[in-house]
Amino acid sequence: MQYIVKRTVQAVITLLFVVTISFFLYRLLPGGPVEAMQQQLVQEAMADGGQVNVQRINRMVAVRTGIRPDEPLYQQYLSYMESIVLHQDFGTSIWKNEPVFELLFTAMPWSVFISIYGLLLGFGVNVLLGAVMAYHEGGRFDRAMSVVATITSSVPYYVVAILFLAFLAFEAGLFPTGGRYNPATTPGFNLPFMASVVYHAILPIATGFVVGFGTQALAMRGNSVRVLGEEYIRVAQLRGLGEFRIATRYVTRNAILPLYTSLMVGISSIFSSSIIMEQLYSYPGVGWYTFGALEHRDYPLLMGVFLFFTIVTLLGVLVADLTYGLIDPRANTGDTESY
Amino acid sequence: MDGHDIDDRQTRTDLFDVPPEERPSPTSRTERWYRTLDVWVLSPLRVAMTDWRMPVGATILTAFVVLGTVGVRLISAPAVSEAPVYTGAFRGGMGAITSSGGWIDIVSLSLGQTGLTLPWVALSLPLGTDRFGQDLARGLIHGTPAMLKMALAGAVFATGVALLVGTVAGYRGGVIDSVLMTITDIVMTIPALPLIVLLAAVYQPTDPFVIGVLLAIDNWPGLARALRSQVLTIRTESYVEAARAMGLSPATVLRRDVIPQLMPYTLINAANAARAVIFESVALYFLGLLPIGSTFNWGVMMNQAYQAGALSNIDRAGHWLFAPMCLLVVFSFGLIVFSQGLDRVFNPQLRARHSNTVGGDDEMSVPAGE
Repeated sequence: MQYIVKRTVQAVITLLFVVTISFFLYRLLPGGPVEAMQQQLVQEAMADGGQVNVQRINRMVAVRTGIRPDEPLYQQYLSYMESIVLHQDFGTSIWKNEPVFELLFTAMPWSVFISIYGLLLGFGVNVLLGAVMAYHEGGRFDRAMSVVATITSSVPYYVVAILFLAFLAFEAGLFPTGGRYNPATTPGFNLPFMASVVYHAILPIATGFVVGFGTQALAMRGNSVRVLGEEYIRVAQLRGLGEFRIATRYVTRNAILPLYTSLMVGISSIFSSSIIMEQLYSYPGVGWYTFGALEHRDYPLLMGVFLFFTIVTLLGVLVADLTYGLIDPRANTGDTESY
Repeated sequence: MDGHDIDDRQTRTDLFDVPPEERPSPTSRTERWYRTLDVWVLSPLRVAMTDWRMPVGATILTAFVVLGTVGVRLISAPAVSEAPVYTGAFRGGMGAITSSGGWIDIVSLSLGQTGLTLPWVALSLPLGTDRFGQDLARGLIHGTPAMLKMALAGAVFATGVALLVGTVAGYRGGVIDSVLMTITDIVMTIPALPLIVLLAAVYQPTDPFVIGVLLAIDNWPGLARALRSQVLTIRTESYVEAARAMGLSPATVLRRDVIPQLMPYTLINAANAARAVIFESVALYFLGLLPIGSTFNWGVMMNQAYQAGALSNIDRAGHWLFAPMCLLVVFSFGLIVFSQGLDRVFNPQLRARHSNTVGGDDEMSVPAGE
């Protein structure tokens, strides 16, 4: 119970910390977004031949970013916090001229859709593969798969994406080269639409699957080999427990624990990678908007992306944390003794 | 060492319970030097050679370092329209090796005035050219130094921060531990790429060292956590307690007793951090999210090929896109295999088995003197 409370508090702290980072990036970086926007608006006003009205420009910056440049810093910070935490007001996108929150809120499910399936699929396959490799340790399967896993883990996911696109999508024409679904179908609960969504997601999901492939399998193999050598496994065998029970309750459960942490790290890294992946696959999720926002110097949208990714990662990590307590009873033990 | 000493020792070894002050010095200086050499250089090398990983990894990495340091000085940078545009890779295929023309030729090289001739391999546009008629192979070589600098900067930064945070948190424990681990967890959860991309957009860094550090800002938390849990077990060892009881400062205890034990694991992870930095840097250059400097760069080459439509027209520009990709995969394969090899070298059981001076169960089996 104490553990759950601690992790939840930590998630809230992280969120506030990230909002603070984004505020300072916004406000304090020399040549940072607010300054850049002010200058841009001044230049636009001068180009139009009109008068430069500083107050009006500050108001325009405030509408778009939620920051009023003429107020004292702490007040800016408080009102920025307030608008994000209480009103979910992330400002207005310069590029799309729409509220950032709505823009990203509709894009988020798509990103989660293609990321999570790849991650879970990869995790499941890796755990199985690593366990089988450990079971046949030193055998031909183990040695061959170790080499394969080493080679696959030295191929970056975007290289895989490029190869998929070049050969499966462009050359062979088996898969679409981009988009989320066939525009000819009507979005909704109907078979053609859902089929086309799955069809368009196959390559991105397969790429996400490759992201963690190999390294995790090798880690799982190492853990399983270590656990297999433990004496409690011998004791379990001597007690005459069934092989299935030993494999699932004794070996896998203990070998998976260290991997669970890597799954948490994996959640944030897969969202990071979605910037590159969604751009390659022209898949309009949150990562795709990041790219567009950068090209158009759309700082409110960029900040929104940063916050959105953090929130979703935090939720994912929180779920992983809460379930971690279920599989590892030691998670509830207290802090270390202080020297 | 004279004959009397040796004689003396041989008789003494048969005796039990020699009083400590009469016990002969077990090793001469030469023996000590040999033992140090054996433990630190020879036996690691022997372990390294028992497996294919270390030689392969070391060879690949050495090749890249040579290309990036000596190669760029010997081989000139490619120039625009020095060759026909969109020349394919490996013109003439395998047949080009025996026949003249094509991408590879066997020529004889005369050595100055000596009159000797050596058979030599002449490469002509082995990987083909790009849209601007530049030799891809030479462009890739000139992109190597930046990659090496980024990898080095990223690895040093990530492992340095991880070592500092991990050891201090694990050794001090208590409030400092909680605070440092909370920070570590926070950094671990923040999706770093949007942040990196944002910082790159605002600051426009072009120095490879700066970019390497920037890309490594999210690389340390995993290692820091792992090091902390190792320190947690090390700090309860009796020699650490002895050092603390002697009143040595925490910094001294960390430096002398704790950190040396962590070095193997840290080194292995430095190679992984280097790989992660390289992956990210090529990815960001490829998408055009990092400012393009004046030098050649693998990611920028991929970006240009991608912009030129290499995906939809593989026959014309595919080699331009695939050449940097292949080199990247080979480089990261080298790093991974090298770190796996290091893992074996640092494994104490494997090393003891291949060492001459450190025995297994019979600890005293020291090699005989001269």
